[in-house]
Amino acid sequence: MATRLLYCHCAFAQAVPRPVKQDVLRALTDSGADFDAVADLCEMSARKDPALAEFARAEHLTCVACYPRAVRWLFSAAGAPLDEARVRFLNMRAQTAEEIVAALGGGDPGAPVPQGSAG
Amino acid sequence: MSASVTARSPLLVVLYEGAGAMPLDAAARFEITRTLLEKGYRVIATRAGRRSGPGAGPTPGERQVLVLGRFTNAPPAEAVAGTGAAVHFRSLDGVDAAGVVALVEGVGGESQTQKPGGWKPWFPVIDYSRCTNCMQCLSFCLFDVYGVSKDKQIEVQRQSNCKTDCPACSRVCPEVAILFPKYKAGPINGDEVNAVDLEREKMKVDISALLGGDIYAALRQRSQHANSRFARERDDQRALEERKKCLAKLQAALDIPAEVMNALPSVDAIREKAERAGSQAATPTPLVPAEGQA
Repeated sequence: MATRLLYCHCAFAQAVPRPVKQDVLRALTDSGADFDAVADLCEMSARKDPALAEFARAEHLTCVACYPRAVRWLFSAAGAPLDEARVRFLNMRAQTAEEIVAALGGGDPGAPVPQGSAG
Repeated sequence: MSASVTARSPLLVVLYEGAGAMPLDAAARFEITRTLLEKGYRVIATRAGRRSGPGAGPTPGERQVLVLGRFTNAPPAEAVAGTGAAVHFRSLDGVDAAGVVALVEGVGGESQTQKPGGWKPWFPVIDYSRCTNCMQCLSFCLFDVYGVSKDKQIEVQRQSNCKTDCPACSRVCPEVAILFPKYKAGPINGDEVNAVDLEREKMKVDISALLGGDIYAALRQRSQHANSRFARERDDQRALEERKKCLAKLQAALDIPAEVMNALPSVDAIREKAERAGSQAATPTPLVPAEGQA
């Protein structure tokens, strides 16, 4: 099973609305799904954290973070370009927690994303 | 200037509820995860036991892993993962979220991992699908954040040099190719670039020229104008106030910190930097418009 669920807490800034990230994180921790929670993707990108390359190699990756264009180029900047065909983005800056949780299918990272909700 | 970005990973925390461990209370699971994230740690939450596949566990860059759980049998104090990472085990029985932080920081200290946090990760990210390698960002940046790769491509090389909350280089980019993911508004924050943004970007050349040096001409002109009026009134102070107002207006319009605005390079300095960058670039383009074009 190489489907990965990645959640970014954007811990070092107020860019993502706090209630959204709290509600999404609560849903994830309640769901029983395995997931990777990172404090801040920007910080990992700046550090060229090798974990980003591992995420990028996942067969399927669901990335719960901010704008897809930002996430895409943060990975790229770390030398870990994402294969768009294998990644779906959920955007905590533009979507509500309810939309994201619904898109996650109760924590199932393989669940389809509703149309138009991927930021 | 902010702290330098080191390549070392902080301690990786695994919240383990798989075979050989009791499940955590849902509220405790959330609180522990949230608290550790806010302290800057990466947390893997797993109930499936041993995982497989890419990205499923410690990566070669992670040398220290801490596994937390309510273990049914006493785990080894330490083990070595297949990746060579040292794996520490600690029981969560009777430990609340605050206690978990102390526990994690204790292991982090013992294993001499990088303490997370301490730097707001504010730096530019280049959207290479839009970037034309014009080098305006490199020429403009006051803090030498940008550099040129071996294949003559502009790249962000010194993230920690970036001035926190300053999006100035994205303001001079004529292609909307520079993102600051933590910026408040689109398209600089990574939101998709729309037609309105592109229309607005047509003004970038003017803004660039303004920031690149014509700001001095504008301010000088304004100041001279004010001086000529105020000379009659013999009120230099008002001319100074006028100049300050002019700068403040620009700062507000461009959302550029005052100290950056006050440290703008001269036209000559920008030209010199642009020439240097141009000679390094694959497809150099002039930064400062020719005389009379601004």
